[in-house]
Amino acid sequence: MSESIDRREFLKLAGLGGAVFASGLAGGAKFAGAAQDDFYFVQLSDTHWGFNGPVVNPDAGGTLPKAVAAVNSLEYEPDFIVFTGDLTHTTDDPKERRRRLAEFRDIVKGLKNKNVRFMPGEHDAALDNGQAWKEFFGASYYSFDHKGVHFIAIDNVSDPAARIGGEQLAWLKSDLATQAADARIVVFTHRPLFDLYPQWDWATRDGAQAIDLLMPHKNVTVFYGHIHQEHHQMTGHIAHHSAKSLIFPLPAPGSQPKREPIRWDPAQPYRGLGFRGVDAQVQKAEYEITEYPVKKA
Amino acid sequence: MKLGRRRLLAAGIAIAGVAFGAVVFAQPKEKVIRVTARKWVFLPREIRLKKGVPVVLEFVTADVVMGFNAPDFNVRADIIPGQVARVRLVPDKTGTFVFLCDIFCGDGHEGMSGQIHVVA
Repeated sequence: MSESIDRREFLKLAGLGGAVFASGLAGGAKFAGAAQDDFYFVQLSDTHWGFNGPVVNPDAGGTLPKAVAAVNSLEYEPDFIVFTGDLTHTTDDPKERRRRLAEFRDIVKGLKNKNVRFMPGEHDAALDNGQAWKEFFGASYYSFDHKGVHFIAIDNVSDPAARIGGEQLAWLKSDLATQAADARIVVFTHRPLFDLYPQWDWATRDGAQAIDLLMPHKNVTVFYGHIHQEHHQMTGHIAHHSAKSLIFPLPAPGSQPKREPIRWDPAQPYRGLGFRGVDAQVQKAEYEITEYPVKKA
Repeated sequence: MKLGRRRLLAAGIAIAGVAFGAVVFAQPKEKVIRVTARKWVFLPREIRLKKGVPVVLEFVTADVVMGFNAPDFNVRADIIPGQVARVRLVPDKTGTFVFLCDIFCGDGHEGMSGQIHVVA
């Protein structure tokens, strides 16, 4: 039995309360990448360090450390870990913003795996165009390659109007030009690139331009945050998967008049919170996602 | 006499059209609703309109750059301190619809929204 099968079996049998979601991508058999290995990464999102709201999370100061401990306790160590934005909760005070970013950074230093990628959310970056965030975590958009997959991090939050912007779109176009039409491409971003529910600001104003640039590529998957819940949607052949939050869940898009956090349920603490593991089966072009709660039931 | 009054009215509408710049106005003169955006609320929060009756929404703010977005009617505007932002809206459906600030403007931004009520 290969390690990847062992890991998949582990994910299915772990009993961590999350539904397993598998997303197959078309054209996998034709993939001609040089380095093709299965691998595994973890996505955490919307930790909102500094949030204070006991009604929705009385353990706001403890949830992130618990998540770090939960990642560290995974039986299989991920190849890397990515945080897809809203690391901190917004504040109008630049000093307080930096204090929260520093505290967040220090907490996640506790992750055993040191290959950690970060992205900003609008709470981190929109009020100063990402200035403070970049002081701590560097470039807000970038790409990297890992075991035959090309990863692209798109910043759609440093502009307070939720635009990717012409400069970054030009960079995205040139970055994609280096990739074959059948290359495995995974995009990380904070906001949905498509109009999920603009009435709740669940959109990127020029996200359609990014999707247009991605469309010629056959094998693209997007992982994002922002909406504090799992959501899976296709735009053409591109799959978009949003992640749970690690501070409070939000209601399903348009399911109620206002976008208000779901209240903490003492009978089911941490319900709706969690992180995900993504098992990338490159040769089979499948991404198997597992949702984890902060604490085991 | 009646002809002269109509010409006078037509001239007045033309002047109004010029004054509003890029916004194209139809006759008769349209109702203007002024909305103030401030941290972190629209005043008024509730806007009542009639289906098919055009209105002009005027937005001002004394705080920071904000946005107005009513996705169900596909209208939006940047609200810039010291300027008046205007959008023309002709409600084509009845019901209650959300409008929101779509430019992240501070601590309370995410609660900055209101409702447009459209009746027949």
